[in-house]
Amino acid sequence: MTVLLSIRDLVIAYRRDGIEVPALKGVSLEVLAGERLAIIGESGSGKSTLALAVAGLLARGARVGGTIGWLLPASAGAKAPLSVLPDISPSRGEIGNSGAGSLLATSKIGEGGDHSVISPLEGEMSGRTERGAKDRQPSALATSQPRLGRDIGFVFQDPSSSLDPVIPIGKQIAEVARTHLDLTWPDAYTKAKTLLERVHLPNPDATLRAYPHQLSGGQKQRVAIAAAIAAAPKLLIADEATSAIDTIVQAEIVALIRRLVAEDGMTLIFISHDIALATTLADRIAVLRHGELVELGEARQIIEAPRHAYTRALLDAHLGLDAKPLLDRQGASA
Amino acid sequence: MSLLAVSNLAKRYRRGGKPFAAVDDISFEIGPAETLALAGPSGSGKSTIAKLVLRLIEPDAGRIDFEGGDFLALSGAALRTRRARLQMVFQDPLAAFNPRATVARVLDDPLRIYNIASRAERPRRIAALLERVGLDTSLAARAIHEISGGQRQRVAIARAIATRPSLIVLDEAVSALDVSVRGQILELLLDLQRQERIAYLFISHDLGVIRAVAHRVVILDAGRIAESGDARAVIADPQSAVGKALVAATPKLVRTSQDAS
Amino acid sequence: MSRLHRFFRTPEAIAGALILALLVAMALAAPLLFPGDPQAIAGPALLPPFQDWSLPLGTDRLGRDVLAELFHGARTSLAVGLAAAAAALLIGAAVGTLAGFASGLLDEVLMRVTDAFQTVPSFLLALAFVSIVGPSLGVVVAAIALSAWTGPARVARAEVLSIRERDYVAGARIIGMHPLEIAFREVLPNALPPVLALSSVIVAAAILTEAALSFLGLGDPNRVTWGGMIAEGRTVLRTAPFLSIVPGVALVLTVLGVYLAGEGVVESTAVRRSLS
Repeated sequence: MTVLLSIRDLVIAYRRDGIEVPALKGVSLEVLAGERLAIIGESGSGKSTLALAVAGLLARGARVGGTIGWLLPASAGAKAPLSVLPDISPSRGEIGNSGAGSLLATSKIGEGGDHSVISPLEGEMSGRTERGAKDRQPSALATSQPRLGRDIGFVFQDPSSSLDPVIPIGKQIAEVARTHLDLTWPDAYTKAKTLLERVHLPNPDATLRAYPHQLSGGQKQRVAIAAAIAAAPKLLIADEATSAIDTIVQAEIVALIRRLVAEDGMTLIFISHDIALATTLADRIAVLRHGELVELGEARQIIEAPRHAYTRALLDAHLGLDAKPLLDRQGASA
Repeated sequence: MSLLAVSNLAKRYRRGGKPFAAVDDISFEIGPAETLALAGPSGSGKSTIAKLVLRLIEPDAGRIDFEGGDFLALSGAALRTRRARLQMVFQDPLAAFNPRATVARVLDDPLRIYNIASRAERPRRIAALLERVGLDTSLAARAIHEISGGQRQRVAIARAIATRPSLIVLDEAVSALDVSVRGQILELLLDLQRQERIAYLFISHDLGVIRAVAHRVVILDAGRIAESGDARAVIADPQSAVGKALVAATPKLVRTSQDAS
Repeated sequence: MSRLHRFFRTPEAIAGALILALLVAMALAAPLLFPGDPQAIAGPALLPPFQDWSLPLGTDRLGRDVLAELFHGARTSLAVGLAAAAAALLIGAAVGTLAGFASGLLDEVLMRVTDAFQTVPSFLLALAFVSIVGPSLGVVVAAIALSAWTGPARVARAEVLSIRERDYVAGARIIGMHPLEIAFREVLPNALPPVLALSSVIVAAAILTEAALSFLGLGDPNRVTWGGMIAEGRTVLRTAPFLSIVPGVALVLTVLGVYLAGEGVVESTAVRRSLS
């Protein structure tokens, strides 16, 4: 499998009341093209920060170090992009490792036969070098930063706040299609309707004209997913996308995500606090704790033979339908 | 004899001009030191029942008997006195406290309101409550927003047991907690139940948690009771459609038998 | 970080605080630096500024010391501005809280009364009130408060309505707290910050309204006011423009200072809110 995304020594810290609070302390991992990767952890583990960093959505003032390298495979036509880093942009604040050499000076391009892939980056770089990179770029590779919406679809936890309350559903989805696929409004609406059918919303024609408040929580999350995949992104990131909805709807949404990812050949990054939920969806699982990656492996290996004590603790804390009831233990000891 | 008996409870709201039944003809009983769980998808009426039982909202029909008396007949000072025996822990402990409060003030309020301890004695009682829920007594001086989520939920439990209640309503009380903290809080609740013989009305959407701590379960669907019975029996073999759907939708860890040890 | 520290982080807040401090110092120092009646004749009429150093800002048409008038005028402006704003906030918060808590008929009645007050232009209301009751400091304060309480009332009601539904109010009911204690200890303190955020605008408006009333000759005749000074200077605007300019600049600076300091307070509390 080819590597889609290579994260190296990612360090992110937020500034709060003049004090720097670390969120990620040097995380390195690779996301393979077409895989379903779950990132799990408890509150404060940095899992959402990682998702936001990959999507280029970090808050202003966050201090970022390390690299996020993109190797978007050549898709239909000219826009086949290389590229480094989403938005570790200079305008956003200080960047670590800015003294390091430029990416393209140190990385091997076009290794092997595949010219549309830049393979795992060596050395460190900062976002600053993108312009420099362009100059030295072999002509076969147009540089382009992955764009949220077009190359990355992002589904947030709370669809009530990620959807605009005063714009009809259809327009919100059509807008994404129009912006990223250069469609006319009528075409974009047709596309929106198809998308609503794909996410199994009843009566797509009526839903196009509906406003978010007229839908249930689960339906809103389906709309958010439709908008996220409108431009056929290569990567779909779901950040606790099912945490705010009840168990039955959660299972439906997970099934929907699984189907869409399979149909479109998307890569999935699924952020969750629930290790059991993650295993129902993911090929590989990364376990984060206090901003560090404690374990990364195949889903089966993680649940059957966890190597790290923390992973084991998470598994033991899970109260499944086959777990030993706490009540019995109490009764036995009383 | 039952501690809480709810019979034929009903509550209707208007949604988009049309009346709809949030709670429709619900009856159940809870005995002393028993945990009854209410489960169901969102909109099934779980939280409305909690509010009705606590008299935060008034039912349109039905009867609630608590500790052998008609709970709905109480009002004013008599109701406030009776509330000491019927407490609640909310899902989000940050929202459940006045944002300006300190831990000490949160615990001081019930002690003062019910004259449980004199002003001079209260700090000692507050320290004892904190110790009872496994918190350091130095936490008393801290503001509510300065402590962690797990600590906050412990403070919420300390506040609920301050008035020595016989029943505590737990409305998704462990749903927002990290799994490692969740286990500790559940152990604390079970320990309190054993020591103080407190009954719980345990509201949750998580069948795994319900199965771990509840004696009996009532599964709700659209404001009505779909089925009820022994928690483990119902979850092992649900009869109603919604019960089956809930069990099927609960994420399962597929672990091989060697891990069961 | 302390609240004070946060307040002094923005240059606007510092400028506002400096202007306000100067104004307060002027008001407090007025009777010490200029004892006696500021309306008494101190020298020759229409003496231009910077001629005689015992009368640094010159004298007006009747030979009164402009600097003394300016200092004593600061007293009036500040007293009227603060008293009127305090009264408006008090009335507004009380009416709004009551309406928010009561709901039903009382809420309806109170809010329609608020509507009625809001539809009348506030300055006309003050003008009418003073012309009927007669000009004195207390009446001016009442007139201004009467025209400014509706804003705080609406904000207070909206806040109370939203806070009433929060979990911690339900929590207070469950531990048997008396409804009055819930209203005054749990709800009101949390409803007040947005209401108080209006105070800078209200103080600034009150100072301007007072000046306007005085300018029209409806201020307290026994007190020096900046509005009155501007009106005085108006008759000799061509020959002695400084008589209007000096109090005019003082007025502008005061309103600016109040407004900037108010923004600073709002800003510093906003940061606190977003953090928690």
